[in-house]
Formats: sequence, structure tokens, C-alpha cells
Amino acid sequence: MTDTTVNPQSLPAGLVVAPQLPEILRPVVIRRGLVGLLRGHPTVAIGGALLLTLVLIAVFAPYLGTVDPTALAPAKRTRAPSADFWFGTDVLGRDIYSRVLFGARVSLTVGLSVAIFASAAGLAIGMIAGFIRWADGILMRFMDGLMSIPPILLAIALMALTRGSVGNVILAITVAEIPRVSRLVRSVVLSLREQPYVDAAVACGTRSPMIILRHILPNTVAPMLVQATYICASAMITEAILSFIGAGTPPTIPSWGNIMAEGRALWQVKPYIVFFPAAFLSVTVLAVNLLGDGLRDALDPRMAKSL
Amino acid sequence: MSPPLLQVNDLKKHFPVKTGLFNRKSEFVYAVDGVSFEIARGETLSLVGESGCGKSTVGRAILRLFEITSGQVILDGQRIDDAAPSTMRQMRRRVQVVFQDPFSSLNPRMRVRDILAEPIRNFGLAKSAEDLEVRVTSLMDTVRLPREALNRRPHEFSGGQRQRIGIARALAAEPELIVCDEAVSALDVSVKAQIVNLLQDLQSEFGLALLFISHDLAIVEHMTHRVAVMYLGKIVEVAPRREIFAAPRHPYTKALLSAVPLPEPGAQRNPIILKGDVPSPINPPSGCRFHTRCPFVFDRCRTEEPMLRAAGAEQWVACHLEEAAPAMSS
Repeated sequence: MTDTTVNPQSLPAGLVVAPQLPEILRPVVIRRGLVGLLRGHPTVAIGGALLLTLVLIAVFAPYLGTVDPTALAPAKRTRAPSADFWFGTDVLGRDIYSRVLFGARVSLTVGLSVAIFASAAGLAIGMIAGFIRWADGILMRFMDGLMSIPPILLAIALMALTRGSVGNVILAITVAEIPRVSRLVRSVVLSLREQPYVDAAVACGTRSPMIILRHILPNTVAPMLVQATYICASAMITEAILSFIGAGTPPTIPSWGNIMAEGRALWQVKPYIVFFPAAFLSVTVLAVNLLGDGLRDALDPRMAKSL
Repeated sequence: MSPPLLQVNDLKKHFPVKTGLFNRKSEFVYAVDGVSFEIARGETLSLVGESGCGKSTVGRAILRLFEITSGQVILDGQRIDDAAPSTMRQMRRRVQVVFQDPFSSLNPRMRVRDILAEPIRNFGLAKSAEDLEVRVTSLMDTVRLPREALNRRPHEFSGGQRQRIGIARALAAEPELIVCDEAVSALDVSVKAQIVNLLQDLQSEFGLALLFISHDLAIVEHMTHRVAVMYLGKIVEVAPRREIFAAPRHPYTKALLSAVPLPEPGAQRNPIILKGDVPSPINPPSGCRFHTRCPFVFDRCRTEEPMLRAAGAEQWVACHLEEAAPAMSS
């Protein structure tokens, strides 16, 4: 669509130049790529920006005016937020601002690792269940069994068997999240297998590995990506819960759950100890969920069709 | 005399019905239950019948998208229903497919170029990258789509254009037979006509044989050489186009044809209204499968199954009436 300007004098008699279309009738410009995605889906932009900010905060925590988050200062216990201690200090005199910023590292590490590991394992299991019919029943009943255990209980049991560490928290939550991804992948694979374009590919002589690689996998990625964001959010909450009840990250490592657990006793008199980590957790989970909702809409093939 | 391009002998496909908690395979859907026909080179055979009669299953069995229960599918004298995977891959090139739904028959994440290149690469038809490009662009010319469209994705096209892409993909393998599974049913009338004409042009250009699976008798009459009528997993009548449309023998064929609307306003045809529903293919009726709805039913129909019998030069009918009372039908 190019703008051509016609000199009115050069037209043959009887012809006139069509008037400019009013703004409302101009063709809609469909933007593609990343810019189009962010413009068309503001939730993706907002969620993504928030999450990016939090990741940057976690990465650059030592350079953001923080002190050692584990340094004790008994003389400065339970100070209210001030110019010296932006978020106040806890019962042991540790700077909550520093602890919350460093705590972001734990939450984001756990959230992202669980999302990645659970997606990878769920993808593999879901693919196998969707393609190898005899394995389907066995795998899915096993997953049903895993799902019937409350994730928190499963995590507590795993933590009780092993020593408390961030790695074990990740493992515990991942095991609990795998069934959800594998169920999703399996159902997507089963519906994709029946698509006429897969039949057409078989008729075209495409070998099974290429059918999976070219026709099944790319169409599985979008719903899985969306699911991964939800898993990321729920993993961060589970981590906080585990730390809060003392079954998660060891108390020597600052995490939002730990900080809240330590401030719990003083909740009524010193609410800021709980408030700041809770606010950060809420905003992070909100950001990830916004991103997930936005991606769900943006990656829906039906949306692409309607353009 | 060389063998026909495609020969289907007593093809049966029974799908197990999973019932109960422990997946006992106690019942079967008799989707296709003993179907035989032949297609000559360059010929169009139409397979017609109402929804659920098994006509699409026949098409999918020929493409070997599943293993058949029994019977034979013979392509150019060679059985393909039990061919080894390596042989089958080479045979697949010769039979291609165009599906009904132009939306779900193209992978939404692939460019048209890659969709068309897939069969060419699979069968090693292109000698070089340049040859591949030449083939892909000439396919676009063949189905009358602009070459620039090669870099687009399926959702940027209309239903008719997508169906052209589907036809181009089928042609890419240089097949001898194309199974058109309701290939025009999902299209608007005007687009339908264009695609039908395109298929006819391609048939005469490349000497293609078509298995045209359809329920649209008006289209079938326009483009077919022969017609096979299916009812509940069996062929009830096979005849050349002229015979089937002018002098149908089987009561079901007569009922089907009487239901085709006439183009003239106000024209009446006295349609034969069949009573009742199509019986379940899980539990097909005994004897003649059509006896529950046939207006001419008599005792023998309920117990004995009629065989396909020659009822004319090239006309075959499976009906006891043909035998019991030949005078009535002539």
C-alpha cells in the first residue's frame, strides 16, 4: 500500500482525484514481530517489564545500596523504615531492604528453574505418552498418583529426607509440577496427531521423527510456554510457603519466605518486616501471571487467523 | 492388459470401541465392511454416500494412514496394505491426498514454500536447490497462485487459496492418484467451481486418477467418470456416470438422487423420503444393511445379504430386487 500523489491537472477531463479517506477508514496497520506483540498485548509488555526489572534487581542486588543481608546488628533491632534502613531492620538487626533484594535471587531462581525443569521433563513424558500408546496408561496413572499428593506435603517429605537447600527446594517443587505439564503436552499431542496436516505429512512420506520435529513440537511450544509461566508463579509461592514453615530454603539464606517467617511473631507491632517481602512476592507473581495471560492470548493460533 | 492403477479387494476396517473401565475391546465399528473397486489410470471414481457411511475411511485406508483389518489394496499390481516401510515410502509418492478442511490441512507454522518442499525433499525429487525452487514456483503457477505467496503462512490465505496450496502439495510428489476427501465440501459455491475445474484441468494435464470422495452429487455429476455408492460400510451400486444419474438401480441410489435439488425454481422431483435413521455401524442390520429403510423391502432382505451383481455393461448393484424381479426394474 503506497501513497501516490496525483497532480489534478494531469488527469483527463471528467476524472477527479478521490478524496483522502477519513482517519477511521484508513487500513489498520498490522505490526508483526516483537513490537507488534507488545503493542497488541499490553499485558505481555507490563508483565514482561515488571519481571525484567525484578530480574535486574536480583542480578545487581549488591550494587543497589545494600549491605550484607546476613550481617547482625543487635543494637539496631526492629527499626522502622528510615533513610538509613529503607525497609527497616528485623529482630536481629539485619537490613530488610538488603534481605528482600537478595531474597529476589532465591525466588526468581526457584521460579525459573522449576519452570524450565518441569517443562522439559513434562514435555518428554507428555510426548512419550502421546506417541507410545502402551506407555500412555502407565505414565498417566503414575502422574495421577503424583497429582493426588498435595505439592506442599510432597515437598515437605522430600525436604525431610534431604538437607534443606535451594537445589532441594527446586527438586521438590519440580516433582510436584511435572504432572501438570505432561498432561497438557499429552493432550496437545493427541489432538495434533489427528490433524489433517499430520496425515498429509504421512502421505507425503515424512518419517516419524520429522513429523514430531516439524509438525508436532512447534505447535506444542505455545501452550507449554504459557503453562511454564503459571508454574513459575506457583513455584515462587510454594517456595515462600516452604520457607515460611521452615521446610524450604535454610534460614542462613535470605528468601522472602524466610523473612516473612521471622517477622511473623512481630506482625502486629512491626508489620513492615512482613510487608516488604510480601509486596515483592505479590508483584513478582502478578508480573509472571500477566505475562502468562498475555502470551496465552498472543500465541493462540485462532488470534493469528483473525488478523 | 496392464493392471488397473488401483485395485481394492474386500477391504475391511473395523475400529475397536473401548468400553468399560479396563478398555475391554468387546465391540467394533464396522466402518468399512467388504469394499471392492478399481480405478483406471486417468479416471475419476466418485465415492458417494451420507455421513458416516465409511467413504472417508476407504480413502484413508488407501493412503495407509492406518492398518486395515483385512482385504487388499493393490497399487499398479503391487500390494501396499502390507508393504514394508521402505517399499511403502516409495509407493506413497504415487498416491497423494487433498483433505476437506482447508484450515487444518496445512501446518499453521510453516511457510507455503516449506509445505510444498516437504514432499519434494522426502522423495528426493529435486536434483539441486535450484531445481527445488523451480519445482516449487511452477507448482504455484500450476494451481494459479502468485509466486510471492510462497513466503507467507497459511493463515494469510482464504479457504479456496488454501485448498489450492493443499492441491499443490499433493502434486509436488508427482502422484498418479489423488484421494480428494471431500476436497470441495467446505468451500463457497463459486470457489468450489474453481477448484473442481482446477482438478479437472490437472487431471487432463498430468493424466491423474482421482478418488473423489463426496456427498455432493451435483459436483460429482459434473466431474466424474464412474460413481460408487456406499451405505453403512458397503458399496451398494457402481456404475458409469451416465447410468447412475439416468438409471439408478439400487433403491438407496434412487433415494439419494431424488434428494438433489433441481436448479429450476419451482421444479418438483417427488423425493423418496427414507424413513428412520442410519443404523449404527457398531451393530449393522442383518441381511441387506439397507433393509430397515428400504421402501421395497421383502423377507429375503432381512436374512440374506445381497452381493454386487452385474446389472448392465458396467453397472453393478447389490440388491435382491435385481435378481428376484428383474422385470420390475427394466
